[in-house]
Amino acid sequence: MEILTWTYILVGLSFAIYIGIAIWTRAGSTKEFYVAGGGVSPLANGMATAADWMSAASFISMAGIISFSGYDGSVYLMGWTGGYVLLALLLAPYLRKFGKFTVPDFVGDRYYSNKARVVAVVCALFISFTYVAGQMRGVGIVFSRYLEVDINTGVIIGMCIVFFYAVLGGMKGITYTQVAQYCVLIFAYMVPAIFVSMQLTGNPIPQLGLGGTVADGTPLLDKLDGVLTELGFAAYTSGRKEMVDMLAITLALMVGTAGLPHVIVRFFTVPRVKDARLSAGYALVFIAILYTTAPAVAAFGIYNAIDTVAEKPVDNLPEWVGNWQKTNLIVVEDKNGDGIVQYVADKKTNELTIDKDIMVLANPEIAQLPNWVVGLVAAGAMAAALSTAAGLLLVISTSVSRDLFRTFRPEMSEKKELRIARIAAGGAVVLAGYFGVNPPGFVAEVVAFAFGLAAASFFPVIIMGIFSSRINKEGAITGMVSGLVFTMAYIIYFKFISPEMNNAGHWWFGISPEGIGSLGMLLNFVVCYVVSKATPAPPQHVQDMIEEIRIPRGAGGAVEH
Amino acid sequence: MLDNKQKMKAYWKKNLQTLFFLLLVWFTVSFGFGILLVEQLNNFKFGGFKLGFWFAQQGSIYAFVILIFVYVYRMNKLDKEFDVNEK
Repeated sequence: MEILTWTYILVGLSFAIYIGIAIWTRAGSTKEFYVAGGGVSPLANGMATAADWMSAASFISMAGIISFSGYDGSVYLMGWTGGYVLLALLLAPYLRKFGKFTVPDFVGDRYYSNKARVVAVVCALFISFTYVAGQMRGVGIVFSRYLEVDINTGVIIGMCIVFFYAVLGGMKGITYTQVAQYCVLIFAYMVPAIFVSMQLTGNPIPQLGLGGTVADGTPLLDKLDGVLTELGFAAYTSGRKEMVDMLAITLALMVGTAGLPHVIVRFFTVPRVKDARLSAGYALVFIAILYTTAPAVAAFGIYNAIDTVAEKPVDNLPEWVGNWQKTNLIVVEDKNGDGIVQYVADKKTNELTIDKDIMVLANPEIAQLPNWVVGLVAAGAMAAALSTAAGLLLVISTSVSRDLFRTFRPEMSEKKELRIARIAAGGAVVLAGYFGVNPPGFVAEVVAFAFGLAAASFFPVIIMGIFSSRINKEGAITGMVSGLVFTMAYIIYFKFISPEMNNAGHWWFGISPEGIGSLGMLLNFVVCYVVSKATPAPPQHVQDMIEEIRIPRGAGGAVEH
Repeated sequence: MLDNKQKMKAYWKKNLQTLFFLLLVWFTVSFGFGILLVEQLNNFKFGGFKLGFWFAQQGSIYAFVILIFVYVYRMNKLDKEFDVNEK
């Protein structure tokens, strides 16, 4: 069968499963809508968290980024997994014990202030919107590349699917759909990786294949280092970034991960505190399967690309090069007219430009795998994008219905709140779709924002709210605002106002805008602490609450208002 | 009541000790081995990997997974010991 037929079958089948699950698990109450009734098993929640967390960027782009940055790409691998240790040890169990539905809920109650709650809602909305626009775009790209429909039609189809199951099923529907989506995406990621690893190194496990040897007996990574340095690039296994920037980016990504509202909220869905701990462990296992495979895919991809294309005659390139040239993801340009493709570091004489996304997307074709594998990768990329989009939409709708409406209209009936939550989810889908069709030019730039903001705003006040009973609302609000303003100002300055200054020479302490969230976080901690010391301690009932959340016993289901 | 309060204090202290130890390992494998000491560790080979590179792209992630499960095990034991576990 043709690739296109396979893609239609596999993507269609996966969509049918998601919709079936959504109908089967519709939410009937706000509790089911927000936290799936608090009855999800730790294993299922771990899987759902993994799907929620791994976005189109993780699935499609991450391996390619590592292909072209080698060792420097480690910041993403460590940053986006190490955050789960923080989440499991410092946040998840206590927030589960606290037992409400959202992050702003915690901030508002712990700091006995609606002002603090509103600041938290604004952060949550901003982070989620930034993220969701990128996912919708990812959906559109997959549609246009694999199903050969217009990119805008692709976004609209994706919107309808997400709308259907997020609005209908709420968290309950999303959770079980995400379990299915995880299975689809991990299978789609692993199958080509295993085949390529076999072909290149003879080892079926990509994690080991990365340390394996190629046909002539030299280790793959040594060979890659040699080839790249010969072409004028930096060696694959050595870094180009300054060490201080590596540290700052890794920290910002870790702390940002732990502070992302759509990830945190997943730990409200399990029945007990000990389930929250265990669930974080399962989540990381499921994430680690992809994240330890990605560096292998990265190295195999760049090795294969150079091996099959560089120094080869222009009119006799492998078939996949031709296929992907149509999408402009790979560009061959015989500048000096010698009929041979030169791939070198010098931009002026380089004749081969490879887009980072190709490393995952074209993987099955490079390895000459059967057509169904190509269709599978398309279904996997869709699963990754849709699951993340749905999780984010839920945070947006919850923020609006619960954190805004409920706070200012506590007498509202549950039925009405549920209706507002659904309308908000619908509105968010439409808005996200709009950004998917008309992407603001700065989508890629604002991702640094989302992590920086989560790191500089939520993380410190949640941690301090749990581990110190002395921190009060004055401290929390000034801390959040100063962390936020500082981080935003730094990113806006270097990304939008003076992009020409965006280099190590002008950065503070050599820290790039990607890593500035870690400084913002420190600032938040310091301001929060100092201001709290100078103002009165929190009231007794808040101090009692802190004592209470530190002890697992008595968690019960998520508390109704 | 006072007795209970002291017990909870002791529980919390043990909890913090566990966290401190685990976070120390967390920091060492990622920031330590993966970034700060990467050059030195790269002088050693681990199969086909340079050791520092392996920690940055593989080892630290495995260590993170193990850390969380050690935490789960330790805390479940601690909860039982102090009789604050969930039924």
